[in-house]
Amino acid sequence: MTSLYQERREDEAMGAQSGERLVEVDGLKTYYGEEGGLLGGKPVKAVDGVTFDVHRGETLGLVGESGCGKSTLGRTLMQLETATAGSVEYDGTDITTLSGKKLKEWRQNVQMVFQDPDSSLNTRMTVGELVMEPLNVHSWKTPQKRRERVRELLDVVGLSEEHYYRYPFQFSGGQKQRIGIARALALEPDFLVLDEPVSALDVSVQAKILNLLDDLQDEFGLTYLLIAHDLSVVEHICDRVAVMYLGNIMEIGPVDAIFDEPANPYTNSLLSAIPEPKPNAEKSRITLRGTPPSPRDPPSGCVFSTRCPYKIRPDAYENLDDDVWEGIEVFREVLRERGDVTKSVRDRLRGLLGMETTGMDVEEVVADTFDQLDVPSDVQQYIDEAVEHVERDDLVSAQEVLHEEFGSVCENEEPEQLAVGDTGRVSRCHRHREEYMGTQTYQDVHDFS
Amino acid sequence: MSDSAYAPEGRAEEEPLLSVDNLQTAFFTDKETIRAVDGVSFDIRAGESVGIVGESGSGKSVTARSIMGLIDSPGRVVGGSIQYKGQELVGNSEKEWQRMRGGEIAMVFQDPLSSLNPVYTVGNQIKESLRLHQGMRGREATEKAIQLLEDVGIPDAPRRIKEYPHQFSGGMRQRAVIAVALACDPDLLICDEPTTALDVTIQAQILDLLHELKDEHDLGIMFITHDMGVIAEVSDRVNVMYAGEVVESAPVEELFNNPKHPYTQGLLESIPSRNERGSALTTIEGEVPTPNEPATYCRFAPRCPKAFDDCEQVHPVPVEVDDETDDHEAACLLYPDDVGQTEAVELHQSREDATEQEVTE
Ligand SMILES: Nc1ncnc2c1ncn2[C@@H]1O[C@H](COP(=O)(O)OP(=O)(O)OP(=O)(O)O)[C@@H](O)[C@H]1O
Ligand code: SF4
Ligand code: SF4
Ligand SMILES: [Mg+2]
Repeated sequence: MTSLYQERREDEAMGAQSGERLVEVDGLKTYYGEEGGLLGGKPVKAVDGVTFDVHRGETLGLVGESGCGKSTLGRTLMQLETATAGSVEYDGTDITTLSGKKLKEWRQNVQMVFQDPDSSLNTRMTVGELVMEPLNVHSWKTPQKRRERVRELLDVVGLSEEHYYRYPFQFSGGQKQRIGIARALALEPDFLVLDEPVSALDVSVQAKILNLLDDLQDEFGLTYLLIAHDLSVVEHICDRVAVMYLGNIMEIGPVDAIFDEPANPYTNSLLSAIPEPKPNAEKSRITLRGTPPSPRDPPSGCVFSTRCPYKIRPDAYENLDDDVWEGIEVFREVLRERGDVTKSVRDRLRGLLGMETTGMDVEEVVADTFDQLDVPSDVQQYIDEAVEHVERDDLVSAQEVLHEEFGSVCENEEPEQLAVGDTGRVSRCHRHREEYMGTQTYQDVHDFS
Repeated sequence: MSDSAYAPEGRAEEEPLLSVDNLQTAFFTDKETIRAVDGVSFDIRAGESVGIVGESGSGKSVTARSIMGLIDSPGRVVGGSIQYKGQELVGNSEKEWQRMRGGEIAMVFQDPLSSLNPVYTVGNQIKESLRLHQGMRGREATEKAIQLLEDVGIPDAPRRIKEYPHQFSGGMRQRAVIAVALACDPDLLICDEPTTALDVTIQAQILDLLHELKDEHDLGIMFITHDMGVIAEVSDRVNVMYAGEVVESAPVEELFNNPKHPYTQGLLESIPSRNERGSALTTIEGEVPTPNEPATYCRFAPRCPKAFDDCEQVHPVPVEVDDETDDHEAACLLYPDDVGQTEAVELHQSREDATEQEVTE
C-alpha cells in the first residue's frame, strides 16, 4: 500500500510464527520511592520480579486490575522508568544500561500510545505539527521529506490531507487516537507499547481503532505489547496474554489456552468477572473479596493468597464448612487492614495517641462475620484467642495466632513459575504441584460459583 | 404465543414507578440548539431494572439528569412529561426537586468522589441522609449507618464509618455512595455508568450488590452504560439510544437475541466477543451525529447499511416490530416487519405528524 516502512519489514513479519524473541525480560523489578524519604516508608513494589519474552511480530496482551503494575511495566520496557533490578534485552542489548546518545538512538525503535488521547496531545499544535514533532526531535531527514512523511502517516491511519492544519479539539476521541498512532509510527518503530489505547472509546469506535492497529501490524511487521483492562479486547486481538497481579505475572501463555482453560486461580477469577453480552448466560462467577492489597506491603508467599478462593487449606481444615472458612479469611482480612502498616502517618499517629484504638468493636466484627454459622469449637478457640489479643491492642499476635493455625504453603512459600500443558504457558501457583489438589478438582469439590 | 398477544402479562398491568413520555431536553448554545434528548419515552416499574445503552453523546446522561431535575442553563426540559408515581415532575420548583432527590429518587454517578464530601466521614454523610430523610439521630443513626455499610458489602463497618472518602478504594467509595443513596430509602435508583471507572473484579461486586438491592428493597433501577456486557447482566429491559432518541426497546433477552434496529444490530456485532478471535471486528461506518436540528429523517440513515430513499424524508417513530412479538419496539421504517414497506412508511409518517413539535427557547 505505501512505502511508509522500507522493505526490510517483509521478512520481519514472519517472526511471529517463528517465536523469535524481540524483548527478553528477566527478573525485572521497578520500585517507586525506594529512597525512603523523610518518613522512611516502604517502597511501592510496582513491578516485583517478572520474567517473560515478547516475540517478534506478536501482540502480547497485559491484563490485570488497576494498580497491578501494568503501566509501570510498559513504561519500564520503554525506559521511561528506571528498573530497580533485572534486565530488559531488546534485540540482544540490555537497554536498562543505555544512556545519553545511545538511549536516544534506541528510543526510535520503540513508541508508546496512551489511553487518553486528550491529555497526550498538545492542544496548541495542529495535527500536522503533532505528527511531525517526533521527526523534528530526531532530526529525521529534510524538512521537505518530513512534511511528505506526515501526509503519508495521516493517510495510513485513516485521516486525510484536510486534517493537517486542524487542532485536536476539532476531533472525536477515535480520530485523536488515530493522531496518537500516527505520531507513534513516525520514526518507523519496531515495537509499540499500547497502554489502554481504546478504553476511552465507544465500542463501535473501538472496533475501528483495533482493526487499524491490526492492519498496521500486518503491514509493517510491528510487535505490540497491549495493556488493557478490557479482557474481551485482549482476547480478540492478542496472540499471547500475560496476567498480572500485584507486580507479578501470575500466568502467561497463548490466548486460546488462557481464555479457554485458565490455569491460575487469579486468571480464573478475573475472567469469570467479565460481564458477557449474553443475558442470563449460564456462567459461574467467582466474585473476589475486597481489593488487591497495597504494593508497599504485599502478602507473604503467594501475592494472591489474601483473596484467592482456591487457597490451599491446612489438611485439618480441608473439609471445614466453606462459609466458616470464608469467615476466617474475612476476619483475617479485617485484622490485616486494621494493622495496615501502609496507613498514612496521620492515621498511625492517631493510633499511637490513643485517639482510636484498633481493638474497638472486634466482638461486633466477629459476631457479624460468623453470623448464623455453626463454628466448630476447635476453630472457635483460635478466634477467641485472636479476639483476646485484639482487645489488648496486640494485632500482631492476633494475626500470628490465625496464621499459625489456618495458614498454609500459599502464605509461606512464593510459588514458582511452572509450565502448564505443552503450549508454552507458565503459571505461578502451588496447585500446579503434584502434591496438591488441582484448581479444577478443588472447584468441583467445593462447588463454588 | 397467540393468546398472550392479547393479554400481555405482568409488565403492562402494574402501575409504573416512573413514566417518561416524549421527553425533550435541549441545550441552547450560541451556535446551535442541541436536542440532547429528543422525544424519549419509557417506563420503569418497582423491582425492575431498565438499562439505557448508547454511544457517547447519545443523550443517556441528559435523560438521567432531566429525571433528577438537574439540567442547568443553557439546557432546559422543553417538552414531554416525567411522571413519578403518577405525579408530574416537569415544572417542579427547585424545592420540590430537592424533596424528590432526597427521599424518592437517588442517583449514583460514575465518579463516586463527586458525590461524597471529602471533609466529612463516610459515617457522617450516611447519618446526615438518615436524619434528613428518616428523622434518625444519635445511636440509632449510627447503628443504621453501620448496617447500611454492611448491606453494601463493606467489611469492618464499625471502623469504616469513621473514615473519610479518600481512605476508601474506588470500589468501596462507590459502595459508600450507594449506602448514602439507600439512607434516604429511595424507590428509584438512577445509576449513570457507576462501574465504568472500576476494574471488572470490582464491577462484578457492585453489579451483584445492585441485584440484591433490587430484589430486597423492590427498587426500580435505571442503569446507564455503554457496555453491552454490563447491560446484559443488569437489566430486565433495555432502551437503546442514538442521537437523542430511543431507537429500540425490548426485554433484555429479546434485544440481544433478536435485535431489530440496524443500529442495535451494528452495535452488537462490533462487540469483540461476538467476533471470532483474531478476525477483523465488524464496525459501523461513520460517527454519531450531534442532534442539532429537528429529526425530519432517520438520524442513523447516513450510517445505515439498510437505508433506502424514504429514510431521508420520513422520521421513524417507535413501533412494534411485528404483530407477533409483544413489547419490542424499534424506531425504524423497516418495521412493523409484517406489513408492506409502503404501508410501514405511511404508518411512521402519520404517527409523526400527530406528535410533531417545535423546540424553541
Ligand atoms: N451543558 C451542556 N451544554 C451543551 N451541550 C451539552 C451539555 N451537556 C450535554 N450536552 C450535549 O448533549 C448531548 C448528549 O449528552 P449526554 O451527556 O447525555 O450523552 P451520554 O449519552 O451520556 O454520553 P457519554 O456516554 O459520553 O456519557 C451531547 O451532544 C452533548 O454534547
Ligand atoms: S499459590 Fe495458593 S494462593 Fe496463590 S494462586 Fe495458587 S492456590 Fe491461590
Ligand atoms: S429508518 Fe432507514 S436508515 Fe433508519 S435505521 Fe431504519 S432502515 Fe436504517
Ligand atoms: Mg454520560
